[in-house]
Amino acid sequence: MRRFEPQIQGWLLLLPAAVLLVAFTHYPAVATVWHSFFSTARGGRAAQFIGLDNYRDMMDDPVFWQALRNNAVFALGTIPVSIALALLMALWVNGRILGRGMLRLAFFTPTVLPMIAVANIWLFFYTPGYGLIDQLGSLFGLPEHNWLGNRDTVLGCLIVVTVWKEAGFFMIFYLAALQQISPVLGEAAAVEGAGRWYFFRRVTFPLLMPTTLFVLVNAVINSFRLVDHVVAMTKGGPDNASALLLYYIYDVGFRFWDTGYAAALTVVLLVILAVLALGQFLILERRVHYQ
Amino acid sequence: MSAVAVEEVTKQWGETRAVDGVSFTAAAGSLVVLLGPSGCGKSTTLRLIAGLEAASAGRIRIAGRDVTHLPPARRGIAMVFQSYALFPHLTVAENILFGLRVRKVPAAERRRRLAKVAGLLGLERLLERKPAQLSGGQQQRVALGRAIIAEAPVCLMDEPLSNLDAQLRHEMRREIRALQQKLGMTMLYVTHDQSEAMSMADQVILLRGGRIEQDAAPAALYDRPATAFAARFIGTPPMNILRSADAGVLLGIRPEDIVLAERGDVAARIGAIEYLGADSTVTCMLGGETVLARVQGRVGLPAGAAVRLSWPRERVHLFDAATGRRLDDTMSPPPAAAQELGERVAAAAGG
Ligand SMILES: Nc1ncnc2c1ncn2[C@@H]1O[C@H](COP(=O)(O)OP(=O)(O)OP(=O)(O)O)[C@@H](O)[C@H]1O
Ligand SMILES: [Mg+2]
Repeated sequence: MRRFEPQIQGWLLLLPAAVLLVAFTHYPAVATVWHSFFSTARGGRAAQFIGLDNYRDMMDDPVFWQALRNNAVFALGTIPVSIALALLMALWVNGRILGRGMLRLAFFTPTVLPMIAVANIWLFFYTPGYGLIDQLGSLFGLPEHNWLGNRDTVLGCLIVVTVWKEAGFFMIFYLAALQQISPVLGEAAAVEGAGRWYFFRRVTFPLLMPTTLFVLVNAVINSFRLVDHVVAMTKGGPDNASALLLYYIYDVGFRFWDTGYAAALTVVLLVILAVLALGQFLILERRVHYQ
Repeated sequence: MSAVAVEEVTKQWGETRAVDGVSFTAAAGSLVVLLGPSGCGKSTTLRLIAGLEAASAGRIRIAGRDVTHLPPARRGIAMVFQSYALFPHLTVAENILFGLRVRKVPAAERRRRLAKVAGLLGLERLLERKPAQLSGGQQQRVALGRAIIAEAPVCLMDEPLSNLDAQLRHEMRREIRALQQKLGMTMLYVTHDQSEAMSMADQVILLRGGRIEQDAAPAALYDRPATAFAARFIGTPPMNILRSADAGVLLGIRPEDIVLAERGDVAARIGAIEYLGADSTVTCMLGGETVLARVQGRVGLPAGAAVRLSWPRERVHLFDAATGRRLDDTMSPPPAAAQELGERVAAAAGG
């Protein structure tokens, strides 16, 4: 009996954290999967086990496919651009330039703003007629444009807002990583005759790989997780042209109160995220040099 | 023609003159050491020659070519950094080959040179490792390999051994010297360790406060230090500098020239004895002054014992008290006859 005492003690110490974790993370996750196999309880009719019916409905749901497609476009539009931009900005403000403190602050500001505030700023930019973009356009004689009201441009507009918001955040990680790279490496390369681009390609970029992986995983998760601006700017419209997967789940779950179907959609979202994150780690891990 | 010629070079940062009108030449195939205390401008001088800093004034020639305004890569130099500056994500082979790849040397030629350098430095079995998997000494060798594979006529080294332990430092010292002679490179080598300078150099340039204190062969630096500073910087323990009866003159005597004897010129008292194995450093109280003497083996006398000191007259160095400059170079005949020297010291020391 005595032998188990330290173990019991250990488990007791873990208990509070474990309870919180189970109550707020593990249980809801499992419950979501469980609920996705049930119909939604409606007006006196209790929830019934319906197996994979929710998933079968999903296959036939054009809005689901549209949201998935939108989300793919949104991810492809935001991730590479915001990471590339973040890297560029970090390289720039890492150099010896005048007023780099101000520049760093300027680049980082969008990150600090709440998404709702960001959405409001950009709502003004996009306003047809007297919004900033149209005003600038009118200087060059361009016609008015309803940026957020047009199926063809609305998703692009959301992508721009997201890139604007995220790039500064990712820049901070790149900046921190760049400052870890000893300037002597640059001098050694200069003595060997390596140009700036060669040095970036052979040395800086490979040394930034751990950061890139981290940023990439975050960017992917964010592209499926960030919906504040959809809520604030477009509500998924027009005609679901800007509906992202999580926004659609919100719509189904909290506006149509179809909780069973929402649970099934959530499971799909989680599976997508898990596969993507795992894939990134497995593929990129081999190419990452950790110091 | 000298391999490297530095002409009146100055480097200024705001008010500080890190390098102040420095001129010297390095003969082709020689090992020139830039020596001096911390902050005297050794690294800055080397970096000016490498082209990693731009000179505020003056000219730098390498192999007769004015390179003052050329970028590092076009100066015909290789460099070893104090921290080695190895690329942490590249293997040893890739680190060594870095410069050849930049210059697009064909693969066959690259392989040939890598094999040669690896053989020279004993790195054959480490070529696939990353720098983090190497010991300090091995990393040092890789940095050396990266420098010599370029086959540049001039190799610059900034305190390449300062991160190694004493034993390894000793070994690498000899190895670098042998390599330099074997390959016939001109080497400019920065160190603050005077024993490193003395044992490796053909020519030592002693810097102080951004200026050259003395530029001479190691033996000349030891035998005829140009200033009191140079005299005290070279040799362990440092030279004794004593005031003399003539207020304008300082007397210098190396500890190893002092003999503790029954019958000597000067009476002194033993303060402390530091036993070092092959020899001992004896601190002697000579009136108000402290004189260090280096004697062979053990000293069988207790602290506080009375001794007499003597030294060969011709081993006394004279310096101008005001400027610190050596006197017998600038004045002839010497200000005092050799016979008087003993008495001068005795008089100055009051004993
Ligand atoms: N980038 C810089 N900006 C301003 N001052 C500098 C700079 N680099 C060096 N200095 C100054 O120049 C002087 C010489 O520096 P340097 O690095 O050449 O000394 P060092 O002889 O190599 O010393 P150590 O043995 O400590 O390496 C120092 O006073 C230093 O503070
Ligand atoms: Mg230095």
